[in-house]
Amino acid sequence: MSADDPVIQVRGLVNRFGKQAVHVNLDLDIRRGEILGVVGGSGTGKSVLLRSIVGLRRPNAGSVKVFGENLLKLSTQRRSEVERRFGVLFQGGALFTSLNLQENVALPLIEHAGLRRADAEHLARQKLALAGLPPEAACKYPDELSGGMVKRAALARALALDPEVLFLDEPTAGLDPIGAAAFDQLILTLRDALGFSVFLVTHDLDTLYTICDRVAVLSQKRVLVVDTLERVAATDDPWIREYFHGPRGRAAQDAALKLETP
Amino acid sequence: MTHPTSLAGSLQRQPAQDAGAATLSVKGDWTLQHYAALRGEVERARRQVSDADQVELDAMGELDTAGAGLLVELLGPARVARLDEWAPQLASERQALLRTVAAALDQPEAEQAPETNGLADVLAHIGRTVAGVWNQQRTLLGFIGLTLQTLVMQLPRPRRWRITALVAQIEQTGLDAIPIVALLTFLVGAVVAFLGATVLADFGATIYTVNLVAFSFLREFGVLLAAILLAGRTASAFAAQIGAMKSNEEIDAIRTLGLSPVELLVLPRVLAMLITLPILTFIGMLSGIAGGLVVCSLALDISPTMFFTILQRDIPLNHFLVGLGKAPVFAFLIAVIGCLEGFKASGSAQSVGEHTTSSVVQSIFMVILFDAVAALFFMEMGW
Repeated sequence: MSADDPVIQVRGLVNRFGKQAVHVNLDLDIRRGEILGVVGGSGTGKSVLLRSIVGLRRPNAGSVKVFGENLLKLSTQRRSEVERRFGVLFQGGALFTSLNLQENVALPLIEHAGLRRADAEHLARQKLALAGLPPEAACKYPDELSGGMVKRAALARALALDPEVLFLDEPTAGLDPIGAAAFDQLILTLRDALGFSVFLVTHDLDTLYTICDRVAVLSQKRVLVVDTLERVAATDDPWIREYFHGPRGRAAQDAALKLETP
Repeated sequence: MTHPTSLAGSLQRQPAQDAGAATLSVKGDWTLQHYAALRGEVERARRQVSDADQVELDAMGELDTAGAGLLVELLGPARVARLDEWAPQLASERQALLRTVAAALDQPEAEQAPETNGLADVLAHIGRTVAGVWNQQRTLLGFIGLTLQTLVMQLPRPRRWRITALVAQIEQTGLDAIPIVALLTFLVGAVVAFLGATVLADFGATIYTVNLVAFSFLREFGVLLAAILLAGRTASAFAAQIGAMKSNEEIDAIRTLGLSPVELLVLPRVLAMLITLPILTFIGMLSGIAGGLVVCSLALDISPTMFFTILQRDIPLNHFLVGLGKAPVFAFLIAVIGCLEGFKASGSAQSVGEHTTSSVVQSIFMVILFDAVAALFFMEMGW
């Protein structure tokens, strides 16, 4: 595949739960090196879309191509190799509660990168520090931490293998504003340096304005529009208008403008 | 992402020539792939590196966060932070990456946990376990008291009886358990009949197999087998359900809504068990005796008519009552232990697992202990 091909190509995706359809003929591309924000009201299937792309959910119809290959049709071995190039940050963190933070992050390093335990844990401590956790947190267990710290640790685990595509499900929810801004900045810096693509499900308008290259709006069971933020915000749709031009949307826009023109 | 001229990362240090400074050249890919080798080189070189050394980054291939972390370790965070002064030609996004990593690592290493000695650990472990067993019994007694208190408070207020929850629990703990209880007791009944026949045949008293089967199932096996099955099946379910609710903060939600978790979760379960275990015990007695009956008529030439005649003539009602009377006690213990272990679980999956196991072990232990005490008591009383 050439460099311009999308890393992820979703075509005609259909997801149904019983009689209720969440997605009907949904198309979406994620380009190499871009940060794609995915927004939509509650229940529009943002997380379901994420789960379909990373292969946790078998869609009722349609195809999902990742790095040019259909994940659902690959052999287990090959699939595991592709999945290694993903980093996923789940909404609740999904840290392994029986391991401490350092072991949580070291696990993929030991299993997939083949590092020795000492090396892996050393590197894991660095990743935890990079995600903004203090050194003494490394030996704590997930149930001893606050929600925001769990999020950071989960990000460190998602970044452990320096993935090519990073899936973030509401990463800044539950973080304080300072932490959320630092989080945005970290994703941006790492993306610039490492060139990975980011699939970012979020409700945080500040995040959208600060780091997203393109924004996809999920509505009416499909991707209503996907484009740069300005063009999406200018789309004539009642939900989009409400979303971007409501009081919160305007405040975030003002804040972003102030950042750009100090 | 792979570079066409991918080269394993390496580090070379040229010692100082004349009065000039030593040169560190960073070459190849500094990525996770080569982490183990690079970390070794960095550890070796770090002792000799001084701030005066020239650093050449021009020949560097790929760089990821793992490699950036190593570079920061090699040069020290302070020096990497001044990257734009000594390596202005480095691409700006790489500078940003190195600076971000340097800023993150610029904090003191965490203190390692102090070493402990083995003997003290063993003693501490024994102490903790003993204290744990003691606490366990105290908590159990406290929880039994709490449950009984809530029950008494709720009895005079029929409007707050949770009939739906109760019926749902009865279905899950009772109705769904009937097949397994019936099958198991039937098989054990058949086995007891075979054993009895083998031993009694030597005395020419095969006919007493009927008494043996009826006697053992009415007094002991019916209730004991049903209780042990429910301890494994239901106590674990209670502990896991409540434990999962606890880790999902559902218990806290119930409390903050001004409701009582004991009233909402524990009472329906305890009451359901109090109703179902006696019924299951009765079913267990019947199918155990049926198992004996089948073996008697097929293998021992004791016809069903004869079997029932002996049963009616030799076995008084009090055996049945003794067996059935134990069922509510066991039911209460199993339900209370299951629920309590659920409440004791903390957030993690491991903790829920541990407490589920513990609920089964404890309730089976309690059932057998109480059964033994009851057997002694009934024997002394001559019932």
